[in-house]
This record gives sequence, structure tokens and C-alpha cells, in this order.
Amino acid sequence: MAIRDIFSANRKKKQDGQEKAFPEGLMTKCPECRHIQLTKELEKHHKVCTKCGHHFKMTAQERVADFLDEGSFVSMDDHLQTSNPLNFPAYVEKINADQQKTGLNEAVLTGLGTLDGEEIVVAIMDSHFRMGSMGSVVGEKITRAVEKATALRVPFIIFTASGGARMQEGVLSLMQMAKTSVALKRHSDQGLLFISILTHPTTGGVSASFASVGDINIAEPQALIGFAGRRVIEETVREKLPNDFQTAEFLLEHGQLDAIFHRKDLRKQVAVLVKMHTKGGVQHV
Amino acid sequence: MSKNLAFEEPVVQLREKIDELKTIAADADVDMTGEIEKLETRLTQLEQSIYANMKPWDRVQVARHPERPTTLQYIEAMCENFIELHGDRTFGDDAAILGGIALFEGQPVTIIGHQRGKSTKENIRRNFGMPHPEGYRKALRLMKQAEKFNRPIICFIDTKGAYPGKAAEERGQSEAIARNLVEMAGLSVPVISIVIGEGGSGGALALGVANRVFMLENSTYSVISPEGAASILWRDGSLAKQAAEAMRITAPDLKELGVIDGIIPEITGGAHRNVAKQAIYIKECISDTLKALNSLNGEQLIEDRYEKFKKIGQYTEV
Ligand SMILES: [Zn+2]
Ligand SMILES: [Zn+2]
Repeated sequence: MAIRDIFSANRKKKQDGQEKAFPEGLMTKCPECRHIQLTKELEKHHKVCTKCGHHFKMTAQERVADFLDEGSFVSMDDHLQTSNPLNFPAYVEKINADQQKTGLNEAVLTGLGTLDGEEIVVAIMDSHFRMGSMGSVVGEKITRAVEKATALRVPFIIFTASGGARMQEGVLSLMQMAKTSVALKRHSDQGLLFISILTHPTTGGVSASFASVGDINIAEPQALIGFAGRRVIEETVREKLPNDFQTAEFLLEHGQLDAIFHRKDLRKQVAVLVKMHTKGGVQHV
Repeated sequence: MSKNLAFEEPVVQLREKIDELKTIAADADVDMTGEIEKLETRLTQLEQSIYANMKPWDRVQVARHPERPTTLQYIEAMCENFIELHGDRTFGDDAAILGGIALFEGQPVTIIGHQRGKSTKENIRRNFGMPHPEGYRKALRLMKQAEKFNRPIICFIDTKGAYPGKAAEERGQSEAIARNLVEMAGLSVPVISIVIGEGGSGGALALGVANRVFMLENSTYSVISPEGAASILWRDGSLAKQAAEAMRITAPDLKELGVIDGIIPEITGGAHRNVAKQAIYIKECISDTLKALNSLNGEQLIEDRYEKFKKIGQYTEV
């Protein structure tokens, strides 16, 4: 047995030991307060820690199940495939790996669904796919979703979760900010509702485009939201930033958000908002 | 005297040698016309080969040249009666973005651009051309004003990026940029954007949702600086030169990627070598473009912008 194999055998033993203490999947540890809870219990509470209220990240599929009416979701544009416009080594392989891991074609899931009976178009970004970064396919899927909402004359709701630009697509990634914006402008000009729900984390180019221009901007508690990275800012201004800098609460205090909703109330509150925008407006004859 | 860049060193040396020879010939009163002519021919050839084969990193150096002409210099060279208009009406006046009204070939236009400083003192005042939210909000105010009075809008892009600072975040840097993208999409007047130096990320794009986007030959337009890309991709900021190639940030790259509509040629060696002449090249481009866009009505201009940006991106459908 080679030395390397001995090490890996040891490591395996250690991991096995840990797995005995926390049977895989059965229990989940909160990264904030370290409370260990039954995964089933956590899921029942919308993946919010029962002890400290930490909002765990959700996959796009979990969000669909948590937010939309059961069985109402029909996904769109799952056939779009990322290409490698700048010929970055291993880019396609990384995309393929994340497709396997997440079951998504890219870092956003889009489609039609109903929310307490109201028809909406929804886009849900998933930070488990390339950190939710925005390349051509993410931009195109969001744009098509907005166009669908415009065509159907229904609200558009987006859940953002993104580290920002997709480095490997260079300036094409940057231009998706403009592409999604022209589509949102057309939707808005039709008098249609756009609700942006910012979840952890929403930074960089996504923060500086569609995430910030909802008719109503909502965030989940403690979500990290900002344009520039904390380290870059600290290096630029040479001062220590407050602990709550770029949290949802910080943004609310600085007038950048309409509201923060706890996840247990989110579906209900957004449904109320949607209904108030689709019914009862003054009719000019 | 302009600062010379590393890649143009052979040209500089040969030019110095010719000058030296001319002085010697004059002093000694000997005829060296033949030799000098030969060297000057070689100089022309050398210049052509060096400047025609500029690598992305060479262009980055030219785009960042301390004497690279700024928005204000081009406005002064191209327009008459420029009147600067200040402030966002909410917080303050950001000197990193400048805007106002001018006459361009007799037509009133609104001109807005990032503005770097020419001296350290001015650069501090202008925050090195890196805007805060109030800069973008001033720009939007002036664009809406232009729309009301049916004036075309000309934007000059020249920034390393929106300022990454604490106050900028508190006042909504993200929202300010995002708002410009959406509102520019809906402008019912012609919008032309020209990248004249560095076009850095969202802070550049916030003046870039135009009907036509052009780049000066040696300008760059990118999602992140070459240094930033190198440190993210390879955890080594010193690999910026390689990143400048890999990220495809030069004017020819962006033309090929379908992001820009055209390239405005530069004076050999860079715009800073002859600002007046460079301004003429830019003026010609704007003049031709305005002629084409002025014939479109508001709805057509918005549709034109929609189609332009909708097309950008590469993917396959399987
Ligand atoms: Zn907890
Ligand atoms: Zn309805």
C-alpha cells in the first residue's frame, strides 16, 4: 500500500466516524448557531433554523415547492445550453458537473406557476450552480421569462441569488445586465408588476441590475446584498466596516428595500401583494 | 512630453537616434540626407509593425495613459456652447460624471461622460472617474431632460468602474446603476455611447444602453479589470497581461463578440498623440450615426435598442 493510500484510508475512517455521529441527511447543523436539528423538522420550517432563525440557502426546486401552489409550476427553456464563447479551459466541464449536481441546465430556473391561484411567471436563481453567476444562458432565460410575463400580462417575480458576473463569459456576461433590463422596461411600461425577492447572496452585476429594480424589492432576513465585495471596499476605504454591512437589515435601514419578510410569511405576503396589483385598481373608462 | 509605454520603446529609440543624427549633421555641416532618409523609412515601417500588432495588454496601457484625452477634451473639441449642468437634486454633484448641453453641428445634444482628472489634484476631486450613486442619478436626470426636449444623447464611457466604497453602498450603488440600465432602455431619443478609455463593468454599462455603441481602437470594455480577473481566475494579480488576452476586452474582440457596432480608428500610437485630430474621427462617427438615428421615431428607437441588446450572448438550443 502506497503512503498516499494509507492517508486516504485514514481519512475515510475519520469520515465514517463522523457519519456515525450524524447519520447522513437525517440531521442538519445550523452554520450560524450550531444547533443540530432533524432535517425533516428543518424542512417543515421552510429551511429556517428553529433555534436562531437562520435562513438556509434553498435550491431552485425547493423554492418552487415552498413558494408556488402545489403542482402548478411548468418550467421554461430547460433546453438552453451554455457554450464557451471565450474558450476558457474546463468551463464546459464545470457547467456539466453543476448540471449533474443541481438537475438544472443553468443557474436559474424559470417558468409559469400560480401563487394562491394567481398566475405568475417566476425566475429562481440557484447559488448552488456556479455560485448563481450570470452568463449568457442565465441572461437569456430571465429575459425570455420576462417576455413571457409581458405577453401573458402577468406579474414577474424573481428570486435572486448570485455572486455576480460569470467570469468565463467576460463582457457577454456584463451585457446580460442590459439585456434583462430592456425586457423589464417593456414589462413595466405595460403596467405590469415586478417583485424582486433578494436572497442570500445577491451581489455584483445581479445586484446592479434586475435585483434592484422591482416595483417592490423584498429580502430575506440577513441576506448579503451589495454591489462591491466587502474585501474590495475595505481595501479601498481602509476602514473596518460594520458587522451588519450589506445585510438585508442594513439595506432596509438605508432605504434600499421595501421590506424584509421571514420565509414563513413570504408566500402569504407576496400573494397578497400580487392580488392587490391584479384586482381592484381604478378603472378608467 | 508624453510618457512612453514599454511596447513602443523601439520606436522611441530609433526616433531619438534620428534626431541625434540630424543634430550631428547640422553641427558638422555634412550632408547625411541619405542616411537620415533611410532611417526615417525604417522608422515608419517600425511604427507600422508595432502599432499594427498591438497586443491586448499594449492597448490596456494606451487606454490608461495618463495623458489619454478625457470626455471634457472631446466635448470642447467637437461641440459649441457646452454648458455643464450639475447635481442629482437629491444628494450632491458627483464630479466623476460630467454632463450638460451643447451644440453638435448646430443640433442641441445632451452629452454625459465619466470624467477622470488630468492631475493628481483633479483626480482626487473627480475620484479618478469612479462614480458614486449620485453621479449615475445625475446622468439619468440629464437623460430624462434630454428626452423631454427631444435631444439626442451622447455618452462617453471612461471609468475603471463604479466606486467600491462604503458611502456608495449606503446610498444604493446597485440601484443607481440598475435604474440607469432600465431607464435608458426606454428613452425615446437617439442614444450613442462611445468607450474612449477604460470601460469597467457595471459602472461603465450604466452609460451604455445605447442604440449604437462604439469603441476607440485602443479602449477596453470588460466585466472586470485584467488584474481583478487574474486574481480571481489564477489567484495572482500579476498575471494581468494574460488575463487581458483571455478575457477579450479590446475593441476588435468586442466587435467580433457582437457587443459593439463599430470601432473608431485612433491616431497612430494613441489618441493622446493628437487630441484635435482624434476628436475629428469621433465627430465624424457621431455625425454619421445621428444622421441615421434621427430619422427614427421614439417607438422605433426603443425597439431598436431592445433588439440590439436582446441579441447579445452566446448559447445553444438543443
Ligand atoms: Zn441556527
Ligand atoms: Zn390575475
